[in-house]
Amino acid sequence: MNAPLTHLQKLEAESIHIFREVAAECEKPVFLYSIGKDSAVLLHLAMKAFYPSKPPFPLLHVDTTWKFREMIEFRDKRVKELGLELLVHINEEGVKAGVNPFDSGSRLHTDVMKTQGLKQALDKYKFDAAFGGARRDEEKSRAKERVFSLRSPEHRWDPKNQRPEPWRLYNTRKRPGESFRVFPLSNWTESDIWDYIAKEDIPVVPLYFAKKRPVVRRDGALIMRDDERMKLRPGEQVEELSVRFRTLGCYPLTGAVESTASTLPEIIAEMRASKTSEREGRIIDHDGSASMEQKKQEGYF
Amino acid sequence: MNAHVTEAEALAPETAPAAQEKVLLRFITCGSVDDGKSTLIGRMLYDSQMIAEDQLAALDRDSKKFGTQGGALDFALLVDGLAAEREQGITIDVAYRYFKTDKRAFIVADTPGHEQYTRNMATGASTADLAIILIDARKGILPQTRRHSFIVSMIGVRDVALAINKMDLVDYSEDRFNEIVAAYRDMAKNLGFRSITPLPISALNGDNIASLSERTPWFQGEPLLPWLESVEAGAGDLAEAPFRFPVQWVNRPNLDFRGFSGWVASGSVKPGDAIVALPSGRASTVARIVTQDGDLPVAVAGQSVTLTLADEIDVSRGDILSSVEKQPEVASTVEARLLWTAETDMHPGASYIVKLGARTANASIDKVRALIDIHTFEPAPGKPLALNEIAEAKLRFDRPFPISLYRDNRDLGGFILIDRITNETVAFGMIAPGRAAPETLARDESGAQESGVDWGRLVQNLGEKLLPALGGGVLIGLGAKLFGAPTSTAVALGLADAAFRPLVRGWYGDFRAALAKRKSDDEITPDGAGI
Repeated sequence: MNAPLTHLQKLEAESIHIFREVAAECEKPVFLYSIGKDSAVLLHLAMKAFYPSKPPFPLLHVDTTWKFREMIEFRDKRVKELGLELLVHINEEGVKAGVNPFDSGSRLHTDVMKTQGLKQALDKYKFDAAFGGARRDEEKSRAKERVFSLRSPEHRWDPKNQRPEPWRLYNTRKRPGESFRVFPLSNWTESDIWDYIAKEDIPVVPLYFAKKRPVVRRDGALIMRDDERMKLRPGEQVEELSVRFRTLGCYPLTGAVESTASTLPEIIAEMRASKTSEREGRIIDHDGSASMEQKKQEGYF
Repeated sequence: MNAHVTEAEALAPETAPAAQEKVLLRFITCGSVDDGKSTLIGRMLYDSQMIAEDQLAALDRDSKKFGTQGGALDFALLVDGLAAEREQGITIDVAYRYFKTDKRAFIVADTPGHEQYTRNMATGASTADLAIILIDARKGILPQTRRHSFIVSMIGVRDVALAINKMDLVDYSEDRFNEIVAAYRDMAKNLGFRSITPLPISALNGDNIASLSERTPWFQGEPLLPWLESVEAGAGDLAEAPFRFPVQWVNRPNLDFRGFSGWVASGSVKPGDAIVALPSGRASTVARIVTQDGDLPVAVAGQSVTLTLADEIDVSRGDILSSVEKQPEVASTVEARLLWTAETDMHPGASYIVKLGARTANASIDKVRALIDIHTFEPAPGKPLALNEIAEAKLRFDRPFPISLYRDNRDLGGFILIDRITNETVAFGMIAPGRAAPETLARDESGAQESGVDWGRLVQNLGEKLLPALGGGVLIGLGAKLFGAPTSTAVALGLADAAFRPLVRGWYGDFRAALAKRKSDDEITPDGAGI
């Protein structure tokens, strides 16, 4: 008699199963690597799913050019350690047009540099399945997302036209031009992610750990001044505060939290005691109550 | 009740890894449109302290804007996510919720109560260990309650919590509670449930959710959340079943390594175990159980691993590695229950794509033997299978499949049918006992059958029990029992009220007799058939 599997073991086995279904049934999958903690867990699971083979797909990072510098360093180091292929795509038209989070606003910046950039890259390489690290517990409209989410040739998500997914059976048939977004972490929660990172000793970007960092108080958020492109407004000053990040994205759009949690157990303890959800620090989610759903219909991941 | 770590644990972070040792329980909530299902889930999340402050602030805002509770916190809004749902005030799609307590991690499939979303309820039930069936205390058992119970039973859920909600609106009446419980037990007695646990609750006020309510001093059971933390449910015996390993992906990093990546669907495996690859029937021995964390001495049901074999035998995606002693039958025809999930009707004789485990083939529907429309309960003689309808059918695959019964293993006995033109998932299928069905019926007469749904009895029960309960004005049908040669009359059982019942029983007897005569007609005997 063996002990029953724990919930983390079950989640791991389910995610590995999903990776293998895609590798077996899709022609040209890609792993959307966003460098954050969810991507770190997803990558770890991809390595496990195909071991001793390497994952049979490249990584793709859609670089908005506004990521934290530590994220890019971590990305390049990690990819080298694991011996994987990394594709980096930047929406050059957006760069030429001067789109940036400060002058263009978070919405336009995210749409052009992230959503449009992602579509360009998927079209350029003709990927037919893209793995993402989204979890259903992140946000209400994600709670109804499928594991295999069908997208039209224009990359639109139609919430009313998603296929049922009984048992562990995924219908991977699609027409030319259609593609899937595949979410192996669908059933993981934020606390599962951290528990698993601790259990498996998975490397994550140091920005998740508290450290003294240069931050500016702006619009009620603590924004880390990661480079000179962030101009100070009148009355603003850079403070050195002990902060960390619960999620990572473009630095001007990602609020830090004051914290002294500098180790994994401290982060886990802090998260368990936390009274706010992780996406609160994300500025793009608050554009309107159903804003994530709207972005997804437009093609945002 | 404390959803987060206790204060002591928070202060001693080194104990945090204990959180990893939780057991996972998946359950589904079923209720009609206004039974308060979303409110119950919102209440459970709230009472187990899973709602963060910023979410509560958003809830407060949304309650004032969209709420139905006069500006007070409307917990339903926590879970009604899509914009279209908010406008219509109903839950359209299956949504998954997550919460943890000190003892367990929970995944809740929040499924639509609306009739046209039966497929979504079936999806939610397909991975559930237990079901919470909500009943409005004022209304009692409704046709939807039957439909929901029928679906979760068919999908293989064996343990049910009967949450009788809105007790506040019936003055927490013990008599009313007992009346509904008795009616439900009677209605569900042939649905094959292993346990039915009734609870008097008010999701709105929180009675008997996290703790016992003072307003129901007569209630002797446990409140809902503590009950969920301790209930034993689900298919716990899969690890004891014969070894089955569907191969998903052949793992060939180089010429020196050839492994088979898949998941252990049942049983366990050790290096040195003799196995057979199906459908080819080639035998070998397990050499290694390979994982990135090192080779394992044993792998058990539920684990995703990679196996290497001692011999170079031909194995590809969709094959099943099985224990040698207890092998499944290999067959290209099966008896199955189908739940139609597409807007377009079934084309009789048309070819579909079947996906079962990691195996894909072409399938045609040979015969529709019986039709049970759980949406309206109306008979539909000669009508092709339509959305949300259930049929017993015979399917033919264009290649052999290792066959397991659905009631023995959901992952090995459940399949989907896909339309090859639209690529839609048009049906969920569950492999049922084949020609041994008459023996099953005969044995059940003596009360020997212990588990599983007996469809013969169920149909009989629908005739005898549901109709009078529904009252004479409600039109109900049983669907048609179709069997035998194409020229033989499709026997349609339809009835408008209790007056038809003796006739139904007569037909049903004829059906059983005919079925018994036909026991030698069909080609297959899936493993475990007749049990």
